[in-house]
Amino acid sequence: MNAPVNPFVARKSSARTIEHIAFGFFRTATYFILICAAVIFGFIFVKGGQTVFRSSFPFVNVPFLTQAPETLYVFQFEGKKMELGDRDFRKFKEERHIKDIPAESYVYSSGGIFPCIVGTVLLVIGSMAIALFIGISSAIYLNEYSKQGRFVHFVRLAILNLAGVPSIVFGLFGFALFVMFMPMLQDFRNPTVLSFPVGFGHYLNFSGWNVCLLSGWFTLAFMALPVVITASEESLKSVPKGFREGSLALGATKWQTIRTNVLPYALPGMLTSSILGIARVAGETAPIMFTAAYVIRDKMPWQVDHPMDFFFQGVMALPYHIYVVSSKIPQNEYTERVQYGAAFVFLVIVMGIALTSILLRIKMRNRYRW
Amino acid sequence: MKLPDTAPMPHAALAPPEESSTMIEVENLDFYYGQARALHEINISIPANKVTAFIGPSGCGKSTLLRCFNRMNDLVDIARIGKGRVRIHGIDIYDPDVDVISLRRQVGMVFQKSNPFPKSIYENITYGLEIQGISDRKRLDEVVEKSLRGAALWDEVKDRLHTSGLGLSGGQQQRLCIARAIAVEPSIILMDEPCSALDPIATSKVEELIQQLKGKYTIVIVTHNMQQAGRCSDNTAFFYLGKLIEFAKTEKIFTNPSQRQTEDYITGRFG
Repeated sequence: MNAPVNPFVARKSSARTIEHIAFGFFRTATYFILICAAVIFGFIFVKGGQTVFRSSFPFVNVPFLTQAPETLYVFQFEGKKMELGDRDFRKFKEERHIKDIPAESYVYSSGGIFPCIVGTVLLVIGSMAIALFIGISSAIYLNEYSKQGRFVHFVRLAILNLAGVPSIVFGLFGFALFVMFMPMLQDFRNPTVLSFPVGFGHYLNFSGWNVCLLSGWFTLAFMALPVVITASEESLKSVPKGFREGSLALGATKWQTIRTNVLPYALPGMLTSSILGIARVAGETAPIMFTAAYVIRDKMPWQVDHPMDFFFQGVMALPYHIYVVSSKIPQNEYTERVQYGAAFVFLVIVMGIALTSILLRIKMRNRYRW
Repeated sequence: MKLPDTAPMPHAALAPPEESSTMIEVENLDFYYGQARALHEINISIPANKVTAFIGPSGCGKSTLLRCFNRMNDLVDIARIGKGRVRIHGIDIYDPDVDVISLRRQVGMVFQKSNPFPKSIYENITYGLEIQGISDRKRLDEVVEKSLRGAALWDEVKDRLHTSGLGLSGGQQQRLCIARAIAVEPSIILMDEPCSALDPIATSKVEELIQQLKGKYTIVIVTHNMQQAGRCSDNTAFFYLGKLIEFAKTEKIFTNPSQRQTEDYITGRFG
């Protein structure tokens, strides 16, 4: 007797095998990324945590976050191994009236990274302001005003290409344009460069802005522009056409429509994506190494004689400091502390910026929902 | 000549609305999207303070013509007028002297998809006034009540004027859009398939509203729904392939059309 045949019985087929293999591959790839991210973060958190955190009160290595880098001296004193920063070492010698103690010195390995944190924050804020202003303006022009013709197509292509330019090239561009060429209004004629009299004894000297915050801001902002423009355009596109038409049909001008009925709804998206893009760019070393960053600087950015000098001073910056302590000085266990400590702080700052932008989006999204 | 901002047009003041007074006059209008001709030599005179319905199959040009009346077509890069004129109150609205902003204040529009702004009901109504720089709270309050009453929405929303306009039902949203349009006191209201996204009950409310509004405003309504045209319009224009086939009193179009194509469409032989 024939048993009824089950037509739905599981059968081995090649299509099934291939599916298993394919999805297995996709899953592995995803997990691999996760593991890589976890390893990177874990490594920096463990290693950097040793520098930044302390096991006793106040649990945070306060000098590391509030002091400038110093040279570390390691020496033997009365049979004990001592590690002291430059100032403490000198005080130590004075107190004991000792002229000299044989010690090994390690540059930048004591003290902290406070000037670098300040410099990075200043660079991020300034470049963000410039990139948002120029980027959002041009996104509005491209998406709302311009005729969608060949010219706009060309502009978009240029923006895409800009996104592909290596950061070191941006650094060189910033160096050539801002550091070496941009005009300065000065009360003397600089005979070595292009110079135009503007009256009242003043001259526009094309001598460049030098290595300074302003040069760094513009270089970083230019680098972030493609992200900002693209993100802003996407946000503008996501605002329903009906809002624009409804407003225009009531007799609003185009600008009134954009200002009151498009921008408020697009802004959350614009800000979030743009800030994330800028945070990413602010982590780059190459664009600032020729334009804004100093290896070491004694004065803090607010210690300037004239308010205008604020914009024309170089700063220390975290990514550049990490680069310097990891590749420009001899490597040893003492420099490693600074490397990972700085990397850890840097990571926390970037994550802080990202988190802020996400919170901002949630808050603004709740205000305008459609 | 420049259209005045909100004051009634001189022509309208001189000529009291009567059977024959014309609000919108289209003369030999050709319209193109790029190379494609969307309207062929349209001639139509739309009477004042009546409801005029535009019917016809999809792509016949009825919405395009409607959007010529408040120059919303200006927003489409490739759209252009080939030849002909559109006159409102006797003034050629494509004349370089005409300010499109003032024109649109006179010619309001209600869209197919209700599009209240993601603001409060109150702000939705006052938007058209605020962009004109009117910020007197008392006046705005008055206009909000008047417009919402005019759109038969006041009783339903008076207790929640400051909640989002998007919290209303679909039909209420569409009536809010009508209220928003009449808040700036236009003389013409263009409606581009205003009920196509609404259920029958909401539709009947909007149609009732159209009946109430027609004494005060000239209404031009584009519709896919022939029963709707029959129910709420005084005159009906039938378009086919970019041409105006027939324009007559609604009863005549639906009972005794003079063109074969109109009859075929009305009786459902195509379209």
